Amino acid sequence: MIVPFDIIILIFLVITAVISLRVRDLLSATMILGVYSFLICLLWAEMGAVDVAFTEAAVGAGVSTVFMIATIYHTRRRSSD
Amino acid sequence: MKWFGLIATAFTGILLLSAVGDFARFGDPHSPANAGVGDRPSVSQYYITDTYADTKVPNIVTAVLADYRGYDTMFETVVIFAAGISIFAILRSLGGPVVPVSHPQAIDTSVDGDHQRIIIGTTCRLMIPVIQLFALYVVAHGHHSPGGGFQGGVILGASFILLALAKDLGTALGRFSEKRYLTLGCVGIMIYAGFGLLCQALERNLLDYEILHRIMPATDAVMARSHSMLGVEVGVAFTVTAIMFAIYSNLSSNGRLDHGL
Amino acid sequence: MEFLKTSVIPHFNYWVYVILMMIGLHAMITKNNLIKKLVGMTIFQTAIILFYVSIGVKSGSTIPILEHHHDDHAEVAAADAHHGEPAESDHDSDAVNPDHFANPLPHVLMLTAIVVGVSTLGVALAVSQSIFKDFGSLEEDEILEKIKQGGAAIDD
Repeated sequence: MIVPFDIIILIFLVITAVISLRVRDLLSATMILGVYSFLICLLWAEMGAVDVAFTEAAVGAGVSTVFMIATIYHTRRRSSD
Repeated sequence: MKWFGLIATAFTGILLLSAVGDFARFGDPHSPANAGVGDRPSVSQYYITDTYADTKVPNIVTAVLADYRGYDTMFETVVIFAAGISIFAILRSLGGPVVPVSHPQAIDTSVDGDHQRIIIGTTCRLMIPVIQLFALYVVAHGHHSPGGGFQGGVILGASFILLALAKDLGTALGRFSEKRYLTLGCVGIMIYAGFGLLCQALERNLLDYEILHRIMPATDAVMARSHSMLGVEVGVAFTVTAIMFAIYSNLSSNGRLDHGL
Repeated sequence: MEFLKTSVIPHFNYWVYVILMMIGLHAMITKNNLIKKLVGMTIFQTAIILFYVSIGVKSGSTIPILEHHHDDHAEVAAADAHHGEPAESDHDSDAVNPDHFANPLPHVLMLTAIVVGVSTLGVALAVSQSIFKDFGSLEEDEILEKIKQGGAAIDD
């Protein structure tokens, strides 16, 4: 555990979470959520939870992004808020 | 609605933040969760000190996942399977036109004037075997390194998703058809439950792998636990692979399974 | 500043987990678009996982994978005898100090939670696609409007 690294990633996490909810283009929101997932994967590797980090890298950043893009492709890309 | 949301969020946040001060210091090795209360050690202490003697598996997370808490993991797998089946029930439209399944063949890179597709097709043809090999390594080597059934299954499912993205859904379904992935999902759970029932057939508790050394050749009671964990992880990997591809194929074609994104 | 030093910095992970949870909860309640609600739900879920993993951290510890030797017991025994330590691997595992390894229990619980989370996200996305098929929109107010109109049409 490295404390400065921990604090920097946590601050970036809050920033990406807020941005992904404020963007009106849903495709951009999904992409920024992918960045959020990668940051949280980095955080877990840093906290010593390597198995959880591995799962998050495969699931959160890879597969769930694809699922959301598939849904946006079949629905509408713009969001009202 | 906006004000109600703000008030509810602020109320929850203040309630939780007022409790944060009572937590043990972040990273304290002697906090109640890590070391237990008083002279009673927590169960994680036992996992760390005794896992290697009990099971000969160095990765404690895999050992706890598949052996000590195997009952929990079995039903997590069932939850994943149920999610796949419910997506099938919600989205799949069976009354539509017949699903065209193209024959398994190499990725077609000869689309006229479509240079993008050539680059993507060639890259994927090189990448997909490596990804699948890595996924099998992650499943099989989960005892000694980070990994296991869930991670390997997701990576294996992602390799089929990549094939469907690079070419189209028909090509991927030609290799891993709907009938096949639903069967594979069931087979995975049956492998897991089968290991549990096998232990019961030998007059032990459900998922008590120790007794399986009677039917496994050249193993003692400790190694039987290690080998049974591998079998259980393979079952988990089957189910996760099948359900990940099932969710993708239904979501990307809106339930018609004709062509993907 | 004193408050920051005494109560925020030692508990920084817990503060951020509460903040992320508030962001996710607020999005789930107030956002109008269903996909945005699901983004909020994902953030809420990762906040819970962050809380659990933070509980299991021990400062100065390593990842929860024990050191192990392969089957060359003879070589290991010779090497250990050289250092004057017991050779039997069972003795080695008795000597494991729990403070040197991160707590594995939260990792196990959260590992399955992530994979179950993505399958439930898939179910939620399937429901939203189904809603879009029926109502032609993913905005909450438009869907409610159409339900009201449809109800009126049935009454007529």
